[in-house]
Amino acid sequence: METSIKVEKLSKSYGFNKAVDNVDIYIGSGEIFGLLGANGAGKSTTIECILGTKKHDTGTVSILGMNPHKQRKKLFEKVGVQFQEANYQEKITVSELCEVTKSLYRTSSDYFNLLKKFGLSDKLKSQVNELSGGQKQRLFIVLALIPNPEVVFLDELTTGLDTRARRDMWQCFSELKSKGLTVFLTSHFMDEVEKLCDKIMILKEGKSVFYGTVQEAIKSSPYEKFEDAYLWYTDEEDIENESI
Amino acid sequence: MRAFRKMFKTEIKLSLRGMDMFIFAICMPVIVMVILGFIYGDKPAFEGAQYSFLAQSFGAVATIAVCAGGVMGLPLVISDYRNKKILKRFKVTPISPALILAVQIVVYSLYSIVSLTLVYLVAAIFFGYQLSGSWVQFLGAYLLVMLSMFSIGLLVGGVASNIKTASVLASLLYFPMLIFSGATLPYEVMPGMLQRVADIMPLTQGIKLLKATSLGYPVESVWVPILIMALVAVVCTSISIVFFKWE
Repeated sequence: METSIKVEKLSKSYGFNKAVDNVDIYIGSGEIFGLLGANGAGKSTTIECILGTKKHDTGTVSILGMNPHKQRKKLFEKVGVQFQEANYQEKITVSELCEVTKSLYRTSSDYFNLLKKFGLSDKLKSQVNELSGGQKQRLFIVLALIPNPEVVFLDELTTGLDTRARRDMWQCFSELKSKGLTVFLTSHFMDEVEKLCDKIMILKEGKSVFYGTVQEAIKSSPYEKFEDAYLWYTDEEDIENESI
Repeated sequence: MRAFRKMFKTEIKLSLRGMDMFIFAICMPVIVMVILGFIYGDKPAFEGAQYSFLAQSFGAVATIAVCAGGVMGLPLVISDYRNKKILKRFKVTPISPALILAVQIVVYSLYSIVSLTLVYLVAAIFFGYQLSGSWVQFLGAYLLVMLSMFSIGLLVGGVASNIKTASVLASLLYFPMLIFSGATLPYEVMPGMLQRVADIMPLTQGIKLLKATSLGYPVESVWVPILIMALVAVVCTSISIVFFKWE
């Protein structure tokens, strides 16, 4: 299998605070990779260093064999990104935002079909401001998919979505995966991670404390449920302290 | 180019939806022209002058839109788009975030040009105004004033750390220049003391330049304003390119 995303020895500090500490990630093409960790564990910083919107201190990053700094223009024809915070102009409508996004790429998919698939086709004329949290979230995923990407980065895929919408989202990404899409996501929902991710990494204070499959994560913990295992990895020290 | 066109169309629509530039750059200069026309009619600029007070004011009123766009609209939109992480989103597309700034500069240039056209039409149709100088020189001067005012806006928007700072700075630049540079309140009616203070403002110099070119004075008489405008444009643009904050 080809490697889509390769990250080696990535580190990034803010002052004395190491936000990302010596992280290695290899993601094969067509895989779904989940980056997990508590708030402030360094997930977003890691994604931003990989994408090149933040400069990393040391390490190397390659996406689809390209350097995101040096080959930005070429690379981002094939990479879709959904950031955590909303970023759109005030008073812009759904169709305007989609049209502008579409115009940025040489090739793009029909956004109307995507909107339909995500239950937003009746919102074309609405202002993005007026959408509910879940609708906005779905719209930003549509925007990430407009370039017909080979790789997508989704920071908090289903935060703000209701149960139905989350299930639909899983279905959608399973389909896209079977078509060869590589997905890099972060999530706080362990059911989702278990369902979708081929590989995961658990970050704690910028360091990788686990890297492998969900099954492996459960096996090397004293628990049987993934959520318990996840908490065990992220709280390890606290539990030890408690037992003392 | 396709991205530029699409973005330009969208940004124009968004800007018109916001209304403020429509009011301050399109309506206000026309209203000021009409008021000056009614007050001064075809009175000469001063006793024995070859040209009317209105003709003398034309170049000044034509800069109201440049001032609104350059030191109010542009800095606010730049810091707003940075604050909303729109510039950052462009960094993960094949298009540079600089493109959306270029689009904004074109949007504000368009406001200025539309405003200039309307002010001229109002003055010409209702008050019999005619440009005595050369159009080429006048438009050249107008372009220079635009460059210089927009460069100030680029600097304020690019360097201010947040939208609050940008809006305070923009107000500090906009309102004094709007009132005391001669754009609305005619420079000629100000007391000498105030004129000397006004001379410090870059727009005052720009207006001197536009007055001279519109009244047909020789270019040699205004080399100081030309130099100042060019200097402001070069300095502000350079500083903003070096220190521009994308995030």
